[in-house]
Amino acid sequence: MTGVQLESVCKFYGDFRATEDVNLTIANGEFLVLLGPSGCGKTTTLRMVAGFVEPTRGSIRIGNVDVTHLPPWKRSTGLVFQSYALFPHLTVHQNVAFGLEMRKVPKSEISEKVMTALQMVRLDHLGERYPRQLSGGQQQRVALARALAFRPDVLLLDEPLSNLDAKLRHEVRVEIRNLQQRLGITTVMVTHDQEEALTMADRLVVMNEGRIQQVGSQRDLYDRPQSQFVASFVGRSSFLNGRAGGARFVTAGGLPVVIDSRLEGEAVIALRPERITLANAPLADTPNNLPGEVEFVSYMGNLIDVHVRLNQHDHVIAQIVNRDDTNVPAVKDRVFVSWAPSSSVFAK
Amino acid sequence: MSAAGDANALPIGRRLRRNAGRWTLNVGAAAAFIFILLPLIFVTWLSFYQQEIPSFPPTGYSTRWYAEAAANSRFIKAFVLSVQVGFIATAIGLLLALPASIALTRFSFKGRAVINNLLLMPLVIPGIVLGIALYVFQVEAENATDLPIMGSFAGLVFGHTLLVIPWALRLICASLVGFDRTLEEAAQNLGATAITAFRKVTIPAILPGVVAGGMFGFVSSIGNLELSLFLVVPGQTTLPIAILQNLEWKIDPTIAAISVLQILIIVGAMLVTDRFVRISRVV
Repeated sequence: MTGVQLESVCKFYGDFRATEDVNLTIANGEFLVLLGPSGCGKTTTLRMVAGFVEPTRGSIRIGNVDVTHLPPWKRSTGLVFQSYALFPHLTVHQNVAFGLEMRKVPKSEISEKVMTALQMVRLDHLGERYPRQLSGGQQQRVALARALAFRPDVLLLDEPLSNLDAKLRHEVRVEIRNLQQRLGITTVMVTHDQEEALTMADRLVVMNEGRIQQVGSQRDLYDRPQSQFVASFVGRSSFLNGRAGGARFVTAGGLPVVIDSRLEGEAVIALRPERITLANAPLADTPNNLPGEVEFVSYMGNLIDVHVRLNQHDHVIAQIVNRDDTNVPAVKDRVFVSWAPSSSVFAK
Repeated sequence: MSAAGDANALPIGRRLRRNAGRWTLNVGAAAAFIFILLPLIFVTWLSFYQQEIPSFPPTGYSTRWYAEAAANSRFIKAFVLSVQVGFIATAIGLLLALPASIALTRFSFKGRAVINNLLLMPLVIPGIVLGIALYVFQVEAENATDLPIMGSFAGLVFGHTLLVIPWALRLICASLVGFDRTLEEAAQNLGATAITAFRKVTIPAILPGVVAGGMFGFVSSIGNLELSLFLVVPGQTTLPIAILQNLEWKIDPTIAAISVLQILIIVGAMLVTDRFVRISRVV
């Protein structure tokens, strides 16, 4: 098993910069997730590792080998496509055997290795079926078995769950993660679904407009976002624009807010909805205590979103848990919102 | 009330209108079907007439015209030539159409539309015009090179290849456009070179289009008269020309018998093809 290294990798299509200056070191056995909106460059990055896109600049290493200019068939990566891309004219068994045959595995060993791969995804009883005779979830698992059968150095997953329905997605998610940990295979997954990313990854990379925005653990990204983009893309945030200076912040609407930051000048505060406390009267022990009026209440069963307008310019969303004793505010109620000074602040 | 009862519970007017629509469709389809089949039915009927001069009603029935056709060495020779030309022209046409289709569907280059139209041209140009053009070309080519081109087997095959190419091109292009190229990427990811991936994954996927294109090309070659007229010489004629020449002298049912055989060959070819690829899926 081996790690992967991307060094200042750029891909330009004419004037369009698909990825720019991507630096990543993926450790041996690590499950890394590339997360971002569509067009952020995550798929291009994955395809460069697989060898379908040649970088304009920079280098890619798999283990100790510089693969930057190697064609896909000379690399050892197993790619699972979003559309599964199973060969329709071959049976499940033949699909899984394809990579072994291409890599000149002795005929006597192929059958056994195919069975092992199919057992991993619990489909060894369906070897003689054709892909069209399988359900979407089964096809997905065959694609996974096919990508793993020849024991590649790296497993690449391109939005592998987006064609499955919600219930199946949860199952396959756990299955892929378990398998990956059992095999200890270095894995890179691309997704735009943050829940998928957060539940599966060892480490996440948030990308936007071809650039890496932040690399880190789930906690790093959620609790310590380094940019407004990450704060809005991973989880949800309410944003308050304003000016910072000397651990003070004044919102666009003129409200004074205490912050734990040495920032000066134009800035923005990101507030996680579940970290805003809602009360009928001002709370005594918090510095940020602001009055407002409930504008909208969105009931989601277990959780309730309360949109609070502080003034013409400032507006926050507080999320409360729906318990027996929860006092659900009504529209036009006067309430107080408060939050800790440790909330994230970014320069504008 | 049961579900079936509910379906019948539609307002009577709507039910009538729906039935009327279905009946109109069925009657129209039946009429079209009969219109297409009628000549075939009459030819088949005529081929079993006993008398030499076709007249109605027939004096009796026999299979002597089939025996007559089988004994006619001119027809046999013409039939063999037609099949030979058809097969070779189809093979060459497919070999040319496959790379052309790949280039046309996968790459964008200057003059792509022009080349595409050019290759489809033989389908649009009247056969007689194409025949004259080829004839003039062959005269010029023979004058220039001193090779025996006029009336040669190769010349005939060349002309028929032009008939095959548009069919092959259209059907292969259609299957290439419908082909999901991530399958090729999957094969390459698994260790197949670009060429192996094409051979092992793309070819099997577009095979129905290739077979159908070949079959349509073959059928249009076998049945062609106008183009061949300019490319044959005495002693080397294709079946449709042999039939035409025979008709100039007499109109006995031998011709009908031969036509029936020709129809059977084409039907046979379609049935065999359909066993390998569903024709209805590619046409």
